[in-house]
Parts: sequence; structure tokens; C-alpha cells
Amino acid sequence: MASSQPIKSPMGSQSQNQRSSQQGLKYPSNGKTIYHRPLNRSRTQELSQASFAYLFGEMVSYAQKRVTGIQDLEKRLNNQGHPIGLKLLDLLLYREPARSQTRPLHIIALLQFITTTLWRHLFSRPADALEKSSNPDTPEEYMISDNEPLVNQYISVPKEMNQLNCAAYVAGIVEGCCDGAGFPAKVTAHSVGKGEEGELWPGKTVFLVKFQDEVVEREAFLGR
Amino acid sequence: MSYYFAIIGTSDNPIFEYEFGTAKAGGDGVPRFPEQARHMNQFIVNASLDNVEDVQWGGGQMYLKKIDRYYNNYISAFITGSNTKFLLLHHPTTPSTTSTRASTSIPANPTSPQTEEAIKQFFVEVYENWLKTVMNPFYTQGMRIDSPVFRGRVAAAGRKYL
Repeated sequence: MASSQPIKSPMGSQSQNQRSSQQGLKYPSNGKTIYHRPLNRSRTQELSQASFAYLFGEMVSYAQKRVTGIQDLEKRLNNQGHPIGLKLLDLLLYREPARSQTRPLHIIALLQFITTTLWRHLFSRPADALEKSSNPDTPEEYMISDNEPLVNQYISVPKEMNQLNCAAYVAGIVEGCCDGAGFPAKVTAHSVGKGEEGELWPGKTVFLVKFQDEVVEREAFLGR
Repeated sequence: MSYYFAIIGTSDNPIFEYEFGTAKAGGDGVPRFPEQARHMNQFIVNASLDNVEDVQWGGGQMYLKKIDRYYNNYISAFITGSNTKFLLLHHPTTPSTTSTRASTSIPANPTSPQTEEAIKQFFVEVYENWLKTVMNPFYTQGMRIDSPVFRGRVAAAGRKYL
């Protein structure tokens, strides 16, 4: 890395000469701010999975340093994902074609947006299943399943922590998306693979989306 | 011919506000609110948030058109996917000067379809720039927008369409 070009740091050398001319605001040396950059991204631009896996591994160990238990760790991962969901909701709605550029008004519309548009953006494929809880006592629960979460691909969970699923990070993204759209929810990630030999999807993860009561209430009201 | 534009966050907190006048039909872009009514703008705009909440679940469109009116102030709204509201208060000058040209122009005619369309274009342009702010990794939801570049972009959109 040391031999590569000097990285354009926002606090770099240009800050000194800029400070005198513009108080409090530092412009990049080429004069281009985030407002000069387009919001649309070409479809082929993808990130390296290796670098993501490396970064994500670091994120997990960073979160792990300051926690007391597995639940706490999952909560931290969830919190890291939350703002991403909020931002992606707006960005992806903007990128939708003008005709379908509408805010999701119903739970189903929102979940379909998440399982198709959001999933495609993050993992370049849709989620594997979207189900509603069949239990009549919990009409507010929905399940999104992913057979092989991309974030877990290079994560091996030690035996004594088998409750942990690092896809809690993705759950946080989903939760951010739901919260942002006005459907406050709790989203948790659960491993459903039984760890048996010859299993088709040993890493299968279910994201349990539990909407708050007011969402279900509004849904019933709007449905009429 | 004066406008007051505000962005309201998800907890009804103001994120950004900007006052401007029309640049169309020889306007100089300077807001001319009556001095005794100017401080009311924030109240009027915030009062219309109730109306936004009334209509926001009625349809998925982001542009909600004209949602409120308070005497001679017309309020148009735009709501983003993450429930951030853009509100524009439109205050036409006294309607007594009705020349034929003024009657069709955007600033003098807050209810015409042309005005509706112009405000929509204004909102869409602001939306794009707002989204760029939001995508900043150092921006968290509900933060005030202080960027002078953003302010400049909003001003440019106002000059262009209104």
C-alpha cells in the first residue's frame, strides 16, 4: 500500500491553503463536492467480495470487543446496519424508473421492495423466500429467507457461540429500511441450518421481521 | 412573489430553510414577505405537517401538490421515501395588479397547473441534491444541512423554476 499513490484525504494538505480563503469549509482540490457526482451507478460496478469479507470480519471483531454477550453483539451489528438501510431506501427509490417511483404504503409492497430491489442491490440476486407467519397469534411477523447470506460466507462461528448469526448486520439494514419507510419493526437473523451432514443449505438464515402493532393497525385501516 | 422553503425531518425537526423571491417575470429573487407576517412562515409551514400526514398514506406519490392554505399563503409538499418532508410556502403579491401577463405567470398564480408543475420540478431537483447529502457517510438522519453548496443548489433550482 505504501507504494501506491497518495490517497486523497479529506483532511490532507489542501486544508491548510483552503482554510484561509473559506472559513470552516474545505473543498476538495479538484473543486468537486458530493453534489457534483451523479447518483446513478452503472449496473456492472461491483465491489470485490474479498475486500468486503475482510472489512466485515473487522467490523465483527470491532463490535465483539465491547460486548457482554451474543445478544449484545448482534445488537451492535444491527446498529451498524441500520443507517445503511435508511439511506438505501431513499437511494433505491430514486433509482426506480419514474413511473414506479412510489413510496411503499403497504407491508407487502415494502417487503417486496426489500426482497427484490434492496437484495439485488446488495447481493445481486433476490432473496430466496418471503413468507408470512402462519401462526394466527402473530400476524405482524414476516420471514425473509436467504439460503446463503453473502455476509456469512467467510465467517465461521465457534461452537460455544452457535447462537450468533452475523447476518444481524443485514437484519439491521432491513430494519433501517422498514423504520425509514414508516413501518417500525424489529428484525432479527436466525440460523435455521441444523448442522447435519449433507444438508443442502447449511448456512440458511431467516430474517424475522416483527412489525409493531401500530403498523398492523394502520394496514387494516388502509385495506378497507 | 415570495417563497419560503423548509425541509422537515422525521421527528418534525427543521433540517434546512431558505427564503427566496421569484426570478421569473422580471423578479429580482428577493423575498418580499410583509414584515409583520414574515415570522409566521415557520408556524404556517409547521401547521401544514398535519395535512401531510393526512394525505401521505393515501397514495404513493412523493409530490403531494398543494396541501394547505392559510389566507394568501399556499403550501405545497413533497415527501421522500424515508418520511422527510419538503414544504414550500408560496406567497403571491397582492392580486390587485392583474395584468394579462401576470395572471398566467407562476409567481402570481399559485393554483394553476403550470405552477403545480413548476413546483414539482423544483422539488425534484432539490430531492436529488438532498439525496446526495443523505448519502454522505458522515450524515445521519435528522441532521441539519449546513452545506453552502446545497444552499446554492436550492437557490439555483428556485431561480430556474419559480
